Amino acid sequence: MPPRVDKEKCDGCKAQHEPLCEQVCPGDLMVLGESKKAYCRSLRDCWDCMSCTKICPVGAIETRIPYQLGYHVAKLIPMMGTDSITWTCIDINGNVEHFRYKNRVEPE
Amino acid sequence: MSKNSPKNLDEIVTEIVETDLLIIGGGNAGCFAAIEAKKVSPGLRVAVMEKAHISRSGATAAGMDAINTYIPEGKTPEDLVRWSRSQVGGGPIREDLALSNAQELNGAVDDLASWGLPIIRGEDGQPEYRGKWDISIHGEQLKPIMAEKAIESGADIYNRVAATNLLMHGDRCVGAMGFGVRDGKFYVFRAKAVIVSTGGACGLYKSYTSDATSSHHQTWMCPFNVGTGYSIGIRQGAEMTSLEQRWVATRTKDHCGPVDTISVGYQSSVINAHGERVLQKHYAHLGGDKAPRYIRANAPMEEWLAGRGPTYADTTNLTPEEAKELKTDYLNERPSFVLFLASRAQDITKEPIEIYGSDPYVVGGHCQSGYWVTIDRMTTVPGLFAAGESAGGTPNKFVGGCAAEGKLAARGAVAYVASVKLPALDEAQVAKEKERVFEPLLRGPEFDGVSPLEMEERMQRLMDEYAGGITQFYRTNEERLDYALKHLKMLRSQVQYLYAKDLHDLMSAHEVIDRLDMAEALAHHLKFRKETRWPGWQTRSDYPEIDPKLDCFVESRLNKETGEIEMFTRPYEQIVPGDRCQP
Ligand SMILES: Cc1cc2nc3c(=O)[nH]c(=O)nc-3n(C[C@H](O)[C@H](O)[C@H](O)COP(=O)(O)OP(=O)(O)OC[C@H]3O[C@@H](n4cnc5c(N)ncnc54)[C@H](O)[C@@H]3O)c2cc1C
Repeated sequence: MPPRVDKEKCDGCKAQHEPLCEQVCPGDLMVLGESKKAYCRSLRDCWDCMSCTKICPVGAIETRIPYQLGYHVAKLIPMMGTDSITWTCIDINGNVEHFRYKNRVEPE
Repeated sequence: MSKNSPKNLDEIVTEIVETDLLIIGGGNAGCFAAIEAKKVSPGLRVAVMEKAHISRSGATAAGMDAINTYIPEGKTPEDLVRWSRSQVGGGPIREDLALSNAQELNGAVDDLASWGLPIIRGEDGQPEYRGKWDISIHGEQLKPIMAEKAIESGADIYNRVAATNLLMHGDRCVGAMGFGVRDGKFYVFRAKAVIVSTGGACGLYKSYTSDATSSHHQTWMCPFNVGTGYSIGIRQGAEMTSLEQRWVATRTKDHCGPVDTISVGYQSSVINAHGERVLQKHYAHLGGDKAPRYIRANAPMEEWLAGRGPTYADTTNLTPEEAKELKTDYLNERPSFVLFLASRAQDITKEPIEIYGSDPYVVGGHCQSGYWVTIDRMTTVPGLFAAGESAGGTPNKFVGGCAAEGKLAARGAVAYVASVKLPALDEAQVAKEKERVFEPLLRGPEFDGVSPLEMEERMQRLMDEYAGGITQFYRTNEERLDYALKHLKMLRSQVQYLYAKDLHDLMSAHEVIDRLDMAEALAHHLKFRKETRWPGWQTRSDYPEIDPKLDCFVESRLNKETGEIEMFTRPYEQIVPGDRCQP
């Protein structure tokens, strides 16, 4: 399920040698284009693990369900906190649901 | 051809790394192996070779919502082995390995908790069990947490370096070779011992969603784990066990996400088109909802075959609060399933979740396929150890068991390191591998050949149709397997036509080459087991019954002289007493 990059929002993680999405993608799929914007080099090969979507500091990446599997247009937007994550889910009828939970606890 | 691509071999830098212990694959087991090795032997040089980036790689890249095995108070490691054995129909399993894993298990999970992994606890502070053995976690950060600890341990992490072959000294493993998928260098790791922990093999078979969708990797198992860790051993004549025990699982239809979350976590029953509770109605004699895993895994597909599909996990009894909790679980493990439900505007308290089978995988942390190992987790190749999905013999390892086995393999390897010296580097072997690795990239833009994707798709359809894939309801027979083997050989002879346009493509080229070796070994295993012991996981339509003579391990080994795979058996040894089919 391919990630889409919002070209307006993506800043290529400016000073970084590799943008964060490129650093983490387990499939080596995210790359920095010539225009200094990230893109997914092979949409069909994405595993929809959402690592890129979660790590993007400017919220420029969206994971989409391919149309052949799910209808237009649902959204799932993660917001990373230091020890928690908040998700906003919007279904194809516009119904919104929020989820928030701790994803880290104090190490012992 | 990308503009950065090298024109010839001399342009490619060879980086030689000398270390004591090399770990191939910095996933769940690999991170634990690195941490343990540095803990028991702080002065030891440890290197991790990882094709992705350890912070988000492998099976746990998206996170986890449960640790499937953690021994509760009042239960023993023997109890866990008994349960595990019953899940695979009484085995045979390697009870020596399973026991040692079980003894190490809780300690490994406690490590995770102490590193900051949120484990859901009841008011008494004890982990909350969602089934008999599995505890709930909010494991979205599981992989980053393990990675941080591996880095902290002082191991040298080589991200974006994909292993392609072992470095050998006679019959002994003395390192591994591979290439930098970003920096384009050729890497030679010289090591006194090597642990392979590259996870399982995904993509040997076609997934049913790969036709006519924009999603080729809609698979349950991490599609970037392709089985390289097995293939590099197979090529050196390492003994493999039980590859025919493939992992085929019930998964969410059209998405292929985990289903335990629903069926174990929320006790949802499997129902068919007529609303019948499938396991109670058709599999009551095998335990109903508590039937062995392969029976449960295969049930939805059998319903489809019998004309009683679609099949569902019945979630209509959930309260809205429980439905939200269930979705929270998915967000921790396979978040896109929540998006998938939203793309169907599905309220799971009103409409049940559709389920279906998965494509088959080789995963030695679920089934018991993989390297044959000693109790120290050394393979039959001296100096080469295996852990996690890569090591055979112990089914039902999952997150905790793979972590535990990483520790066990590290201890085995550390002890071995002390007993050996590093031989001189075999330059000829290195030169030969460098040439093999970069060949597809150096063939040039005018080359009239085959793309990695073309070859991958040919192989996947071949395996699906002839070696018991999902479109064939997992069934195969002697003639189909012979056909598969014949065409796998032809594909092998076509590797000389593979071309890669850039380094990413070069990785794909090696992935398909490695899968071909794995697929061939698998087909031989399926052919040898002339019975049906684990329907779904291993179904022979020409031998539909269990053959008591085959109550043993099926083994394979490449004869390096003839180039042929040789098959043999090993006896099963029961260590934990009791009825093998009862938990
Ligand atoms: C979707 C999903 C959900 C799951 N849910 C649960 C659950 O809820 N509870 C539970 O207990 N278990 C669960 N499991 C199982 C569990 O995640 C695995 O059994 C376990 O994490 C595997 O660990 P591993 O170290 O063997 O493999 P991995 O963690 O996959 O590690 C393999 C590593 O090797 C690397 N690698 C591969 N090839 C190469 C190469 N050629 N060179 C260098 N590096 C390479 C990979 O990038 C990866 O980092 C789930 C698995 C999946 C896929």
